[in-house]
Amino acid sequence: MQLSTDEQAMLRGDRGLPVKEAIEFQIAIGDFFGAERFVPISNAHMMGDIEVMGDAGLARLQQMAEGGARCAIGITTNARCIDFDHVASLGQIEDEAQKERRIIAHLRQMNVITADTCINYQTLYQPHLGEHVAWGDTGTVIYANSVFGARTNFEGGPSALASAITGRTPAYGFHLDAVRRGNLVVELDVDPSDYADWGAIGKLVGEPNQSYYAVPVFTNVRRAPTSDELKHLGAALASYGSHAMFHMVGVTPEAPSVEAALGGNTPTSVMKITRADIDRVYRSYDVKDGRCNLVVFSAPQLSLFELKRISELLDGRQVAAGSKLFVTTSNAMKRTASELGYIGRIEAAGGIVLEGVCFYILQNLSPIKQAMGWSSLVTNSAKLVNTITAHRFNTILRRTEDCIATALSGNVSQDSSRQPGAER
Amino acid sequence: MNAPLLTITVDRAAGPIVEGEAVISTEGFSPRYDLDRWTGVISKPGHRLEGVSIKDKILFFPTAKGGIAAGWAFYDIRGKGIAPKAFVFGVTNPVMVQGAIFADIAITEGWSVDPLSAIETGDWVRVDPTRRVIELLRRLVPTSVAPPRG
Repeated sequence: MQLSTDEQAMLRGDRGLPVKEAIEFQIAIGDFFGAERFVPISNAHMMGDIEVMGDAGLARLQQMAEGGARCAIGITTNARCIDFDHVASLGQIEDEAQKERRIIAHLRQMNVITADTCINYQTLYQPHLGEHVAWGDTGTVIYANSVFGARTNFEGGPSALASAITGRTPAYGFHLDAVRRGNLVVELDVDPSDYADWGAIGKLVGEPNQSYYAVPVFTNVRRAPTSDELKHLGAALASYGSHAMFHMVGVTPEAPSVEAALGGNTPTSVMKITRADIDRVYRSYDVKDGRCNLVVFSAPQLSLFELKRISELLDGRQVAAGSKLFVTTSNAMKRTASELGYIGRIEAAGGIVLEGVCFYILQNLSPIKQAMGWSSLVTNSAKLVNTITAHRFNTILRRTEDCIATALSGNVSQDSSRQPGAER
Repeated sequence: MNAPLLTITVDRAAGPIVEGEAVISTEGFSPRYDLDRWTGVISKPGHRLEGVSIKDKILFFPTAKGGIAAGWAFYDIRGKGIAPKAFVFGVTNPVMVQGAIFADIAITEGWSVDPLSAIETGDWVRVDPTRRVIELLRRLVPTSVAPPRG
């Protein structure tokens, strides 16, 4: 890589050992991908929690903090694995909760804003067209690239942190024009009417096109989707396909037309998605004996609008005895939603609202699953259906209202497809 | 040193030179979705490698799934003593690369010959990131031609 005078100084150790180690790590990554240079970044977003870091990661973080590592630009944290008010009730391990507190303290010592949210793009920071950032998790990346036209690769925790320490990232992948061009066309012959529909589209496109470098171009969008709809589509594409970007003609900033979105590329395939395809996704899940005592709204954390809707659907009703309904959101969203009465309504119905976490990364999840007697999990998040599988849940994707019906009855039906003509 | 039985060149590579037993997967990989990160065993129900331990193996995957978790998770499983020796990907994503470099585990991307048609699980292979090659050193079952896969 070609290094600027500043970057050479960092590499020599003129700015201290933590900066030297950070840029050495970044150069190794840049060399792998053939990056020619660094680009300055204005914002970073990082994952860092005890569930994914383990004791080794905690020790490394402590070493960095005590060595004087300090972030030079704004950096926030992704959802973590512990809501400290629910450690005992969930059956999480107190010792691990203490480690999580130490992680938070080390991160703050390094000038990291521990905001604990995976919806930073809705609540904390909205980069502009062409702005270079270094974000993770994947849902934040695909939203930044696609909806804002900002530029970022998938950044794991250590590399996002390194980027914030040096204030730059190697110029490869989605920082480059050529990689951002669409190479797959998806015609939407359907008007998706639920977050689960958008997530199902993400699964249908992502699964058969699994590649970081696949960039779908959606055409024929009948109605401009909301931020939450784009969030569920993006999260599912990133999860099933490992995609970091999509275009939606007439909606996203780098897609005024199909031609502009493709940028001269010939699409590798052209697919069409119909209502029947989405209904086939819903029918593909095995509901076993039809009983389900776990419903989760999470992955990504819920926005204020999603919290309002869940509270309305649950208003005056009661989660079935023996069933659990979880909602996860950010600390800030929970506070606002509390003041607006949404959280009270969800809790009055028996729902549990966790803050600052995401369900699939909860600490001690496999033992909790055993202890709680959970097997099937119903959710409107296609991402959650895919990400939680290592814990051996039988995951079932359903529309939001069907999820609520499962929470109230303790039962899930095999066929969730909608009647013909019922499209809204 | 005997000449390798087969040499595959790779497009990109990083990490130390390692030797070990190959595990060939026809399905992609994510440490979050597929792996029990406390035992090192692939635990996702229905994964083509379900029940297989990744410890000390040279893992061949066509694609990467997800995900941000690998950034820390590879360092964590290395700390727990259950890490593989190398990841060999057809197409990977940056987090796998970032995570492997952070944990000092060998990683490669792209291949001149599809390992699925040339290497069997259990074969002994060397990954040399400096020369960007994968070398087949011995077969588990000595044959001149690998049997076709179903």
